[in-house]
Amino acid sequence: MSDDAVSPEEVRHVAELARVDLDDDEVDQFTRQFADILEYFETLDEVPEVDRDADLTNVMRPDEERDSLDREAALENASETEDGRFKGPNVS
Amino acid sequence: MAEDIFITEETIEGDGNGDGPLADATVAVKDNISTEGVRTTCGSRMLEDYVPPYDATVVSRLKDAGATIVGKANMDEFGMGSTNETSYFGSVDNPAAPGHVPGGSSGGSAAAVAAGEADVALGSDTGGSIRCPAAFCGVVGIKPTYGLVSRYGLVAYGNSLEQIGPFGETVEDAAALLDVIAGPDDRDATTREAPLEDGESYADAATGDVDGLQIGVPTELLEGADEGVVETFWDAIADLEAQGAEYHEVSLPSVEHAVEAYYVIAMSEASSNLARFDGVRYGHSADTEGNWNETFAQTRKEGFGDEVKRRILLGTYALSAGYHDKYYKKAQDARAWVKQDFDEALSEADVLASPTMPVPPFELGESLEDPLQMYLADANTVPVNLADLPAISVPAGETDGLPVGLQLVGPAFGERRLVRAASALD
Repeated sequence: MSDDAVSPEEVRHVAELARVDLDDDEVDQFTRQFADILEYFETLDEVPEVDRDADLTNVMRPDEERDSLDREAALENASETEDGRFKGPNVS
Repeated sequence: MAEDIFITEETIEGDGNGDGPLADATVAVKDNISTEGVRTTCGSRMLEDYVPPYDATVVSRLKDAGATIVGKANMDEFGMGSTNETSYFGSVDNPAAPGHVPGGSSGGSAAAVAAGEADVALGSDTGGSIRCPAAFCGVVGIKPTYGLVSRYGLVAYGNSLEQIGPFGETVEDAAALLDVIAGPDDRDATTREAPLEDGESYADAATGDVDGLQIGVPTELLEGADEGVVETFWDAIADLEAQGAEYHEVSLPSVEHAVEAYYVIAMSEASSNLARFDGVRYGHSADTEGNWNETFAQTRKEGFGDEVKRRILLGTYALSAGYHDKYYKKAQDARAWVKQDFDEALSEADVLASPTMPVPPFELGESLEDPLQMYLADANTVPVNLADLPAISVPAGETDGLPVGLQLVGPAFGERRLVRAASALD
């Protein structure tokens, strides 16, 4: 295992950043699995710096109004709506 | 378990008067491709009740071609898996090898064609999700060049890597479906016009003519592969040689790092893409009291399965302060290196050939416990997505009664060449 193998605290921190609540046994399981997976990812250190000369061009369109979903269709999958708007949980 | 091939079995009739190119065809559509009015779950509890208000571009094109959609095919949750076993809606048996997985993530699509539940099918391929199940189920699958097929209406997992593509029982059937879905779309700015001459199609390239074809065999993609798979692979190459093709070995040193580069990039993109699932606008919503952070975290805990959580967390980690340069930037270097290697190898060969999967289909339930071992099984398919190139998997034969697929990789927008070469093995 490498020096910076993840700790349970790090798994909890990342889960918090990603807004995914985890049970304690999930934290244990992920801590073990992440150690293996991240150790494998470390072999990327052997990759040389590569000149990335991607031949890409931006694709633009005229900035004009065009049809989009109407409000009713956009709201039909929402769990809660109010006055034609999405309703989310309380901020605090 | 034929009933598990589809998550939703519903017939969507095509338009027109019966003279479209797919007027007689039934099509299975992977359940991460939006169908207006028919639920689209991505194999996830998160989208169990989600009904898209619009069609994906490829679905509009199927309808215009007169095709009859027969159902929404089972898949690994959000496309994350190689066995179809991460689906919230249950695993799928392999019609060509009962008791084994159909491969993934487009397992239901491949199984539908193999079982005769549909003539052809659509899947999506982020790191092998069309080619793996095609190989495991003994059918043909095509991963198009990045930009050939519109992704509008495909629920995003790894945008820079994924393409929608066809399955068929024959190379010609798959190519005919590609003819219908390919082409630019102003709703996907990454799409390009394919360089087809007037009157040319993908299907009419299925001539089986391989006389003079130069096949490069990357030695790295045979290392560590199952012995029976390798044997079946060389038998197929011998078959192509007997028809006038020639092969030589080539080296792609960069592919030794392709799996880790692929997973870092795919997980990073997934962590960003799947941030949209918060239960407010669509999808599962936890019945809980609390502030928005607590509510979102509970919604996502309930809505996502283990593999999806694993990838979101690892992607978040790889992009987080202090680790970005170590993982994400290095992975992008590896990606550029892989592209260079393929360009070089394809300057001296018409196509590159390898086993599609280094192993025969896993037994159902065999490999869920060790995620890293599962990732390593993608060694031969992920380099192609990193390089944005087209590839086809065509049945090569069997080992111990289990299907083996041959993968051919071509230059960007070289789908006709792949169709021609692969059709020699039909």
